[in-house]
Amino acid sequence: MFTNNAQSFLGYFWPETILVTGILLVLLWEVLYRPAPRAHAAALTIGTLVGSMVAMALVMMRRPEPASLFGGLMVWDPFAAFFKAAAAVTTALAVLLAWRARETEDMRLKGSAEFHALLLTTTLGIYLLSSATDLLTIFIGLETVSMTSYVLAGYHRRDRRASEAALKYVIYGGVASGAMLYGMSLMYGATGATKLVEMRAAVVTAAGIAMSPVLMLAATLVIVGFAFKIAAVPFHMWCPDVYEGAPTPVTAFFSVGPKLAGFAVFVRVFYGVFYQPGATGPGGADAVIPWQAVLGVVSVASMTLGNLAALGQTNMKRLLAYSSIAHVGYVLMGLVVATPDGLAAIVFYLVVYLAMNLGAFLVVIAMARELGSKDDPGEDLRHYQGLGVRAPLVAILLAIFLFSLTGLPPLGGFVGKYYLFASVVAKGGVWYVALAVIGILNSALSLYYYAKIVRVMFLEKPLDASPVAFARVHTIPLVALAVPVVVLGLYWGPPLALAFRTVKFIGL
Amino acid sequence: MNLKSRHAGAPAAGRVWGPRGALVLALALAPVAVVRAAAADEPPPAAPATAAALPGNTVELGAAPPAGAEVSAAPAPRAVLSATSVDLSTAVPVADHVDYTGTLRIRNEGTTALNVTRVEVAIDPAEATADGHALDKGVTRRPTTLVLDPDPGAFVLAPLEERVVTLRLTPGDARQVFSFVQFQTDDPETPRLSAKVAWHETHWLSLAIFSPLAGLLLIVLLPLALGKRFTDDMVRWLAVAVTTVPLVVAVYLFWQFDRGYGVATGSYGLQWVEHGVWIPRFNIEFYLGVDGTNVLMVLLTAFISWIAVFASWGITDKVKGYFAMFLLLEVGMLGTFVALDFFLFYVFWEVMLLPMYFLIGIWGGPNRSYAAIKFFLYTLAGSVLMLLAIIAMYYNTNPSFLVDGQVATHTFNVIEMTYHNDFSKALIGGMQLSHLAWVGLFLGFCIKIPMFPFHTWLPDAHVEAPTPISVILAAVLLKMGTYGILRFNFAALPDATHWAIDFVALFGVINIVYGAFAAMAQIMIDKKDLKKLVAYSSVSHMGYVMLGMAALTPEGMNGAMFQMWNHGLISGMLFLCVGVIYDRTHTRNVDNFGGLAAEMPVYAAVFGLALMANLGLPGLAGFISEALVFLGAFPVYTTYTVLAAVAVIVTAAYCLWALQKMFLGKFNEQWKGHVPEINGRELLTLVPLGVLVILLGFWPVPILNMINTGMADLILQVQSALPVATAVTSAVGG
Repeated sequence: MFTNNAQSFLGYFWPETILVTGILLVLLWEVLYRPAPRAHAAALTIGTLVGSMVAMALVMMRRPEPASLFGGLMVWDPFAAFFKAAAAVTTALAVLLAWRARETEDMRLKGSAEFHALLLTTTLGIYLLSSATDLLTIFIGLETVSMTSYVLAGYHRRDRRASEAALKYVIYGGVASGAMLYGMSLMYGATGATKLVEMRAAVVTAAGIAMSPVLMLAATLVIVGFAFKIAAVPFHMWCPDVYEGAPTPVTAFFSVGPKLAGFAVFVRVFYGVFYQPGATGPGGADAVIPWQAVLGVVSVASMTLGNLAALGQTNMKRLLAYSSIAHVGYVLMGLVVATPDGLAAIVFYLVVYLAMNLGAFLVVIAMARELGSKDDPGEDLRHYQGLGVRAPLVAILLAIFLFSLTGLPPLGGFVGKYYLFASVVAKGGVWYVALAVIGILNSALSLYYYAKIVRVMFLEKPLDASPVAFARVHTIPLVALAVPVVVLGLYWGPPLALAFRTVKFIGL
Repeated sequence: MNLKSRHAGAPAAGRVWGPRGALVLALALAPVAVVRAAAADEPPPAAPATAAALPGNTVELGAAPPAGAEVSAAPAPRAVLSATSVDLSTAVPVADHVDYTGTLRIRNEGTTALNVTRVEVAIDPAEATADGHALDKGVTRRPTTLVLDPDPGAFVLAPLEERVVTLRLTPGDARQVFSFVQFQTDDPETPRLSAKVAWHETHWLSLAIFSPLAGLLLIVLLPLALGKRFTDDMVRWLAVAVTTVPLVVAVYLFWQFDRGYGVATGSYGLQWVEHGVWIPRFNIEFYLGVDGTNVLMVLLTAFISWIAVFASWGITDKVKGYFAMFLLLEVGMLGTFVALDFFLFYVFWEVMLLPMYFLIGIWGGPNRSYAAIKFFLYTLAGSVLMLLAIIAMYYNTNPSFLVDGQVATHTFNVIEMTYHNDFSKALIGGMQLSHLAWVGLFLGFCIKIPMFPFHTWLPDAHVEAPTPISVILAAVLLKMGTYGILRFNFAALPDATHWAIDFVALFGVINIVYGAFAAMAQIMIDKKDLKKLVAYSSVSHMGYVMLGMAALTPEGMNGAMFQMWNHGLISGMLFLCVGVIYDRTHTRNVDNFGGLAAEMPVYAAVFGLALMANLGLPGLAGFISEALVFLGAFPVYTTYTVLAAVAVIVTAAYCLWALQKMFLGKFNEQWKGHVPEINGRELLTLVPLGVLVILLGFWPVPILNMINTGMADLILQVQSALPVATAVTSAVGG
């Protein structure tokens, strides 16, 4: 019986299986070829990711219905599939980003296999986390993502900035993981279950829910762990340093990949377990514990602090780091309202965010490569001076990404933000409206620092007017990333409908 | 008569479509479009509010079934329509008129037989005269009918079978008809299918909006094809060509606009309607149209943009980029004025910001960077609040139908919001939604006007912007604020308008007085910057618009609208004139000039004319509109009107003072030989404006005629929210 089932579980597990095979292949190839050229590692990685996505599409086509795997440890549903696909795309782009980045130049000689294997392993962690439905798998997934992230952040062992970043990351991460694990143990103690579906059965009863202090404490501690992963205030302190210190392709990956996993698990645990529309929890809310209020505060704090801190930044990586903290705040709004609209808005926003944020980082990487030197990484804003004249195409593309991050129509970022705010307003009530007002004013505030970059590029005269030539490997992906940003701003009906279908069923 | 009650009372409305039946009216833009009262024994079509019609409004939670459980799809019928819209283009001559027909096919692509239980169109001829409106000018209304010919009734389609359905329209007095045909079937997935039916849908407005966009694309793409052969002059002439298209459309609009066409006549007074769906599942439509509220603004935008292209000849730096941004700006401006879908409106509204930022920031004066970002931040801060208000209003609209007959749980349709929704009932934190939304929208619009105390971006932006952009900023962009207030605050939120109207008047007067004194200060004590003077004069003159519309009297309303138009012409002239002298001397300090009349007599005459028009000299256009505003506001806001009238003296003072300092007195020898007479190109930009200012000063009727009906309707609509409606039906200039 079990054997039969295990076989059919494995049918759903092909995407992960291919990833694991790929990781092993990359490492093995290095051992056999010694030293393997970087092209081989990159090709293997991309091949693995493409294979995994193809497998996912096949599973999706052949078995579209949600299914519980491995006795309830994991689940296969469109929601998980979305996050896996997004993670695979992000990783593939990260490989592309690293291909001609200044900081990963030395990979040409050695170390490329480790780098790519680590990227793939992080992706595996995101895969696991996206479909985890048991506290155990959640913890394993989260730690897989974290551990590999620590190493990736400190990939440059001799670079002091990178080492500092990695150390900070490890220490913060360790504390957050510890707190989260403690919270999980309390959850287990309070509910007597580690499977989300059983936990839900234990806390949500038809007659309403009694407030449980233990559960409150547990949930708060779990939020710490998750919020650390998505770099939400007040667990964001590592973020600017790590983003600045890590090699830029890794930073770009961090700004999207692990966050995807963080949001997926956030939704599954908090929306899945501690929320029951129509039930009466403490204070008449339909949440079991007031996690919406807690996340609401986290959301407001993230966007406000992220934006305010970004105002004064002149290092592009730091600026984008704070900007990504602010964006976490916006996305969290969709979770705070805990409605299908909100969840679908999160999914849609993450798609746009993936494209526009990676696009912005790709420009930073390309600029660092063309204008950076040994002493000056080329990440400072002043290098962008007059870029509109020196490299009009790249400057215009960066402007598109930045205005989309601001949320101006007719770009995808506007549509994404619109649906996030719409879900908040649709929920109604003073607190939600207040959240929306704070969010939208933040959105206007963010224009200042995004436009600052645009100003430097277009409004200021270049100090050195010589044209900057960018490599095709940078410009072509840039254009490719700008396409969805623009198209989703003009026509988003079907993709948004797909987002709604994605959140139609959330397996536990 | 109260408009709302009139429509709610349409007799057939309630029978088939439920209490929301009247909503269909907005979609069936025939002179009288009343919902068909079809077979009463049949079950009504899916009520718009049913959850099933919503895109995924639930999330299912819980354990998924274990892997390996097979789920197979049951065989089912599947209905598919051949098209999403029916064009009634085939003319069929009947005895004394012409009918129009169009066809649509329904096809069963499922595996079992499909039962089509009902086919219907949403406009019924029999009811067309029941509404009781008669066209003015004594024309007896001929009814508009749209029927299924022949009526297929209920029928069954075998798998892969299809059936053709024919629609026949007898247009009667209708100029445009928008309706929809719908099918009820037993297809489990989409039991209700519908398609749009349109007759005489025009595309002039799209042509006007998107021809500058085509020009923009050409500017981007042609360099790839032609390389260096694509010269700056070609860019300029390309810009002339693509801005001429909206101008021609606008002039056509001017000739063809039916002056007597109001809400009572039908189609909510809208003409040149273009109505399609943009994002169907999320109820966003592409909906354009003009009525008395925006027709003048379309004219003004097309005209001023065309003139500004010629004024841009002096731009020699990055010409391609300049005109690309310029054309994008025109797209945004035209779109903003004609969009009737709130979402679409917002998109156009924001699209305008980017090019403006770059136009000021790249081609502006020394402090351009600061001015550009200030403009951008101010406007964005206002418009995001507007966005929140839009979202809040959207979620409180009643269910209705999109133009293609799809059920919409909420709507962005501004006409629908205006005539079939009441936002005063919903509460947010104890406050009426209509009041909150009013404030949100108003903040967005009043920054654009700009209203004191949010005006500080304007002098900076004007001083730094290149001349043609100053012209557009003053002549067109400021009007978007007042237009938005009329279209959205006044029309869609009438109850809140009554609540806040005194503040509009008060701030209008503050604008008038403060702007006038601030302009005066530019001459007396400040840096004596001519451009700043004109900028503050704009602040002052936009105050008249606010005062006039706050009065809510026919004279005040017409005066406000006419003042928007006149201020567009006059401030355009003033900025062009300032540009002329700045190009020659590179200074705008009035103290540096003097005695220019002898050197540049023609220029002195033109500038003199503009200043005279600005101070409201009788015989010039500005006088008429200001007089109308005073006339309209006096009975309502007597004190304010007196204060405003006093400010006219200040206006006269600074205008005459500027004239004197520049043109009279001793000639500044510094400029000897540097100030050649105004040239042909500059005259080309100024003369049309000047001619209009003089012409309309004597004979404003053609313009007032265009807005009269629309303004009367607007007043009716605002008064519809009063507990006791006191309809004012007379209007000036008719």
